[in-house]
Amino acid sequence: MTIRVLEDWQGLSLEDLLRYCRDLVEDAEYPTVKRWRQAGGKVVGHFEVYFPEEIVAAAGLLPVKIHGAPIEARQGDAHFGAYLCSIVKTSLELALSGRLELEMFVSHPICDTARNLAAVWGRNVSYPCEILYLPQNANSLHARTYLRGEYDRLKRGVEAIAGREVTDEDLRGATAIFNENRRLLRQLYTIKRETPWLLAIDEAYVLMALGGRIPREEHNELLAAVIPMLERRAAQPQDRMRLVFEGGFCEQPPLDLLTTIAQSSYVVDDDLLIGLRWISEDVPLDGDPLESLAHAYLEHSNYSPVQHDLRKPKEQMLVQRIRESGAGAAIISAAKMCEPGLDEQVAYVKALDEEGIPYFVNEFEENMTSFDSLQIQLETFIENVLFA
Amino acid sequence: MTIDTSAAPGQPAPAAATHDSLVGRGNHEGNRLFREWYARLTSAPERGEKAAYVFVMGSLAELLQSFDFNLVLPEINGLQTAVRHVSESYIAQAEDYGYASDVCGYVKADVGLQLRGGEHPMGRIPRPDIAVFTGACNTYIKWAEIWERMYRIPIFTLDVPGTRAAGRVTGRGQVDYQNDLAYVAGQIDELISLCEQVSGKRLDVERLRQAMSYANAMTRDWLRVLELNKSRPAVYNAVTDGTVYLGVVNGFRGRPEGAHYFEQLVEELEYKAANGIGTNFDERHRLAFVGVPCYPIYRRFSEMFTERGGVFAGSSYTWFASGGWNSGFEYDLDHPLESLAEGVLVSVRAAMDAMFHTDRLLADMAEPYGIDGIVYHSIKSCRTVSAGLADSRRAVMEQANVATLLIDSDHMDPRVVSEAGLKNRVDAFFEGLETRKLLAAAG
Repeated sequence: MTIRVLEDWQGLSLEDLLRYCRDLVEDAEYPTVKRWRQAGGKVVGHFEVYFPEEIVAAAGLLPVKIHGAPIEARQGDAHFGAYLCSIVKTSLELALSGRLELEMFVSHPICDTARNLAAVWGRNVSYPCEILYLPQNANSLHARTYLRGEYDRLKRGVEAIAGREVTDEDLRGATAIFNENRRLLRQLYTIKRETPWLLAIDEAYVLMALGGRIPREEHNELLAAVIPMLERRAAQPQDRMRLVFEGGFCEQPPLDLLTTIAQSSYVVDDDLLIGLRWISEDVPLDGDPLESLAHAYLEHSNYSPVQHDLRKPKEQMLVQRIRESGAGAAIISAAKMCEPGLDEQVAYVKALDEEGIPYFVNEFEENMTSFDSLQIQLETFIENVLFA
Repeated sequence: MTIDTSAAPGQPAPAAATHDSLVGRGNHEGNRLFREWYARLTSAPERGEKAAYVFVMGSLAELLQSFDFNLVLPEINGLQTAVRHVSESYIAQAEDYGYASDVCGYVKADVGLQLRGGEHPMGRIPRPDIAVFTGACNTYIKWAEIWERMYRIPIFTLDVPGTRAAGRVTGRGQVDYQNDLAYVAGQIDELISLCEQVSGKRLDVERLRQAMSYANAMTRDWLRVLELNKSRPAVYNAVTDGTVYLGVVNGFRGRPEGAHYFEQLVEELEYKAANGIGTNFDERHRLAFVGVPCYPIYRRFSEMFTERGGVFAGSSYTWFASGGWNSGFEYDLDHPLESLAEGVLVSVRAAMDAMFHTDRLLADMAEPYGIDGIVYHSIKSCRTVSAGLADSRRAVMEQANVATLLIDSDHMDPRVVSEAGLKNRVDAFFEGLETRKLLAAAG
């Protein structure tokens, strides 16, 4: 069954296409998911950061990336205590308010709050809710075998929802589509890194984030059309500082915050929705597909504050990201109440101090609406660096 | 295989027990053991001994002690600073270093301690030579990364997968259980190699077996201790006395002193149960506690309940902070390494269940423990324990006929603790409890 969820976009100009994507990403009613369901499709929601979406897509289900929303958590608030990040509350709100209807929900042991999320979610809905235990000892020689088994467990759960078996061929087919998606996203980030005046951070974000709420085949079509349009875009480079934005691996900053940053700088790399770009190389299509996915997760992957891997010291990875993208400074951000993000800020700024790389530290919340003070602070920071 | 704990090394032979020597012995002995424990840690560097930093949920004490590592439990170090009213200065030092106000107070107290060269109210904490931790709390991992950066020491995440969904606890023979078990067992092999490298010693399986046998005895007695508080009146306060007992569970796990202590504790509590001796307070309401105690005002926090006749007969703290010993898993001493892996999996998983799926455990304990009310203490520092409390409370209220109270404060940071605010809520809770009893009596 092929279900298409995007409206006709082929004739749109680049600016109109970007606006269309932004509207969809900002729409907390998830119209694309509703269209999928109206056509008889089933949906598996998965929480930040990384999720092997291939396994869900291989079963003909729609994997939807849940990363909160700029909405009021009217019901979500009552299910959580104080002193918690916003994303868990608004994510649950999406489900309890009926905005996002699912057949299954999966979260991961990325942090202490998210560990509780599947249990809380499960007590309040009738469909299966579970934790996918991605290995936290990435350096164990046994992690890959374990993860392959864990993916097999997930596959069995997905098969029960889909009502059919997921074959190796199904998995290979889905993996090929996601390989293509990751390749296109890498291309998008190359444009942002090498010609940032062609693609602002908020524009890149909406193009990428849309993939989390539509079938990847459609996302691939859209990216394949947009990338040449971006490359032909009539825009001249300006004398702006090149920055890396770090701190968007889980809860997402409001789009308007990204727009504010884009007004005074070029963000040439970031960790926004890093889970969609977690795997850094094509996953092989031969051999055991689950084994290949497990191998890629552990061996060919990005970094984030929620994974400890001796091979990827995070502060060194950040310095590498800054160097490789040719950035002159970094925005070291963290979502409010985010323990992993706030812990990592300390290591990041000490490493940047040692490297002599200027940085701007801040915190954000997905529901924040005022950016005037951020704009002034950021502009002051940039002026101080440029004219030091 | 059985062990004799009646005259453990270094312990005096027990005299004939009398009322005076029995009642209160658990608390006195627990405190004595801990003073000695800190003294031993303080002098460890002089003896050239190495230190392993570990946490209460999955400390691997049985294994690490076989390599002669002194165990350092930073959570206990932290709570000691709060009980002794000095945590704020440690936390402030960490905040000056760069840690945000929303970071766990335990972590910040430890950062402050490290920045002071181990200076602690109970002694001097040695620097780590290795850190071993599970992912039962994600902050364990972030915390250990701090030591990794400060001291360039090896740190080891022993990843223990937890229950995937409520009510779906796997067991022997199930493919998913075997997958988890093989993963944990493989990591323990890797940990042993690392310990051999850091300690310069080969694993002595007999020493490990001995430690596991002491741990088995402690586990059996721990279950008995928990069960004995079904007595009316409750024979101990699960929050205050329970915290002392938990200290021994963690500090002396797999040690002869620990086994001896719990054997004596069971004797004391059985005596109290048989003679109808309760805590020091008039028991009018039997309560369960969920979360971590409010250490910055430890005594006053307890008094808010005891003054109104509330006694904590049970506490989720005794489940998860014992590393899941409530699971009752006993090691098979004929297969120590395989059994160690299974014990870690089962018990750490139980500890996690005691935080993420507390509603079922609490609803189950309400009737046998005669629980009138449940107190949920949500703390700013610990999202592992606190994030799901509000929802868990709603679920329990649907499953069991008990009164509940949800209060917010912190277990480390006095700046977040409002004693007056807490007391108002607690007083109102007791008025509700009393009204419920009057209404029940009136039919």
